[in-house]
Amino acid sequence: MMLSVNREQKLNISFIALLFILPAVALSMDEPFYITLMTKVVILAMAGVGLNLALGLGGLISFGHAAFFGIGGYAAGILATHYMNDELLFSAFGYEYFGTDNMLAIWFAAMFVGAIAAIIIGYFSLRTKGVYFIMITLAFAQMIYYFAIAWPTYGGEDGLSIYVRNNLFDLNTLDPIIFYGICLSLLLLVTFLVSTLRNSHFGSALQAARQNEQRLASVGIRPFGIQLTAFVISAMATALAGALFADLNRFVSPDMLSWHTSGEIMIFVILGGVGRLFGPILGAAMFIVFEYYLGGITEHWGLFLGIALLAVVLFARGGIVGVIAGEVKHD
Amino acid sequence: MTKLVLDIKHLEKKFGELKATDDLSLDLKAGEIHAVIGPNGAGKSTLIKQICGELTPDSGSVEFLGEDVTNLDVAQRANLGLGRTFQISSLIMEYSALRNVMLAVQSVQGSSYRFFQAIARDYKQRDAAMECLTQVGLQDRANICAAQLSHGERRQLEIAVVLALKPKAFLLDEPMAGMGPEGSKRLTEFLDTLRHQSPILMVEHDMDAVFSLADRISVLVYGKIIMTGSVEQVRNDPLVREAYLGEQ
Repeated sequence: MMLSVNREQKLNISFIALLFILPAVALSMDEPFYITLMTKVVILAMAGVGLNLALGLGGLISFGHAAFFGIGGYAAGILATHYMNDELLFSAFGYEYFGTDNMLAIWFAAMFVGAIAAIIIGYFSLRTKGVYFIMITLAFAQMIYYFAIAWPTYGGEDGLSIYVRNNLFDLNTLDPIIFYGICLSLLLLVTFLVSTLRNSHFGSALQAARQNEQRLASVGIRPFGIQLTAFVISAMATALAGALFADLNRFVSPDMLSWHTSGEIMIFVILGGVGRLFGPILGAAMFIVFEYYLGGITEHWGLFLGIALLAVVLFARGGIVGVIAGEVKHD
Repeated sequence: MTKLVLDIKHLEKKFGELKATDDLSLDLKAGEIHAVIGPNGAGKSTLIKQICGELTPDSGSVEFLGEDVTNLDVAQRANLGLGRTFQISSLIMEYSALRNVMLAVQSVQGSSYRFFQAIARDYKQRDAAMECLTQVGLQDRANICAAQLSHGERRQLEIAVVLALKPKAFLLDEPMAGMGPEGSKRLTEFLDTLRHQSPILMVEHDMDAVFSLADRISVLVYGKIIMTGSVEQVRNDPLVREAYLGEQ
């Protein structure tokens, strides 16, 4: 079989290359700050890749993905805090749990709690469509946001600090390049999984649900189940990103749960290209470039982000990826 | 007595004060084509929607293969074997013709929750879908995106999709709508062979098609069936001529 590479794939491959080369350059120039900045890009991109599964492939415009991002963050923060303070987290089946500083366990917990939240939020939200779906996902996220603010055990409004970065195997996770490597590996893994899903039977049904629910139902596939599954997987990816974000900053606060965060994740997806595999990664990179470089020049950098977003929405519906690689092709 | 495939009893549906479906009873027997005709606004679409599950009747029941399906949703009824086509083609517009049919095959396979196998490598699904496209004569247009198909081709694709479901009854909502005379003729011939596979309940405006295909015709006026009978009976019924066919 001939292996043909289209323009979008070429773009993706060169982008992966950049994700490897840029930090290597920063490392050789002894500029750890840039590595940390890129780590932020990679983590935010993962949150976007998660949202893109629901929004881009499933057409589910969730304005509440901050809920999952924050839940992932709090899962990491809470587990780590209990571990450090040697405080009981909960006891069950005769065992007592004191939290953990093992990243694998934290990631698993973040995704698990994110999935539970997504099942509940999705179950109710997916009964509505369009603007109502947007508003109800926002409402759920805001509920969780205010809950976090009002919950003094875990810092309330002040948030929760993680004093030491959590551990993975015997790696020195405090070394920026090591932590970057961990985050990048996970991003590539999540992106690969989303790509696999997109081309699978499930992905076919999901993308059909976006285009024509009536048709999907009339061939005997219930859109609700397909959409809920996608919503949950999407939330898990975003929750994983949240756990990494908490570990990057060694700090979690209700900010992660606020609607600004939901909006930012959505901006990554729209800027980069809705439904495009690498769209959110490009979008997150652009967001950070704007925030960091323009933010250094003027505090009104958001204005320029807004103009860029407007330009994309008005003139380039496929986002940056769409401009470079053309329209999506289904076989 | 022939077994009833569809048995619709005393269906009622009101929109405000308007009785769109008024104590309507109707059935479909194995092996037959039963056509429902009626003037515009007679409630034909409302009837179809209640049979396929898009609308819930206020009262009455729909039985399919002996099972009461009145409270089942569209997908559940489709899974039981009710294959429905739309009056206005309802397709996945970004998907190729083949992918549209593959989606139906996938539903029959029950593989919509397979997450890891690439659909491009599911040759079984692809071949089954291709076979249905070939049956309606769309095999050369398999890779064309539904949005780029002509109106007539979309009608054919609708039929190919429903064929892939291997339904136990076909529910066709104006299959001839918008087809040219040549296309209607070919589709009429095709539907004639289809009745051996499963019975067909169709709503249709094209009288030539109805008169050449139907074993029974029901005439729907203001949500009520005013008569059910053979082609000859309907053709010669003075009430029907007045209500619908006009004095020709």
